[in-house]
Amino acid sequence: MVKPTKLTNSIKDLRTLNGLTQADLADAVGVTRQTVIAIEQGKYSPSLEMAFQISRVLGARLEDVFHYPD
Amino acid sequence: MTLQERRSWTFLVVVVVAYVGYVIWVIRAADGGPIADVAYQKPLLISMGASMLAAIVIEILLAIIKPVSTRKDMRDEEIGRLGDYTGYSFVVIGGIAALLMSMAEWDWFWISNTIYLGFVISAVLGSLTKAALYIKGMP
Repeated sequence: MVKPTKLTNSIKDLRTLNGLTQADLADAVGVTRQTVIAIEQGKYSPSLEMAFQISRVLGARLEDVFHYPD
Repeated sequence: MTLQERRSWTFLVVVVVAYVGYVIWVIRAADGGPIADVAYQKPLLISMGASMLAAIVIEILLAIIKPVSTRKDMRDEEIGRLGDYTGYSFVVIGGIAALLMSMAEWDWFWISNTIYLGFVISAVLGSLTKAALYIKGMP
């Protein structure tokens, strides 16, 4: 059984704010669109490097994009 | 659906169909007699070869009919690794079982078929794991 991740994110909101589609973000980060979808839906936790890349493309700080409950 | 996900499904279907075809052929060839007396070698090799060939042909056809992105990222690699890792256990189990059977001087029919079954279960389990991770997610 796959354990659900506690990691949440604001990628969808920030992406929309930046006028980016999932495909645009995927191309910018160098991943598949399905991976962007999986991350947005909390079905996949990206690596630290990928998380930084996503934050950079979205023009936001890492902690503003990804959230982890205390 | 990514290329890797589609490849997992294709491989799963092809391996199962090839193995079921082989089992049906062996049962029919036995015709009620001892199953270990069946000349299984050629059909077994054909079944294995056909499944590999079919997987390649289907992938080429699907690439023409319904092309998808060929990009492979870290998530694909992680899912692939976990799927392969899950499946490999049955290759080992099949190998050990075959080793013990050969030491006990079992009929070659059972030894060969145990190894083949190990490959099939390994491929099925590995592909199912990958497919499940693509659908359910891999946090």
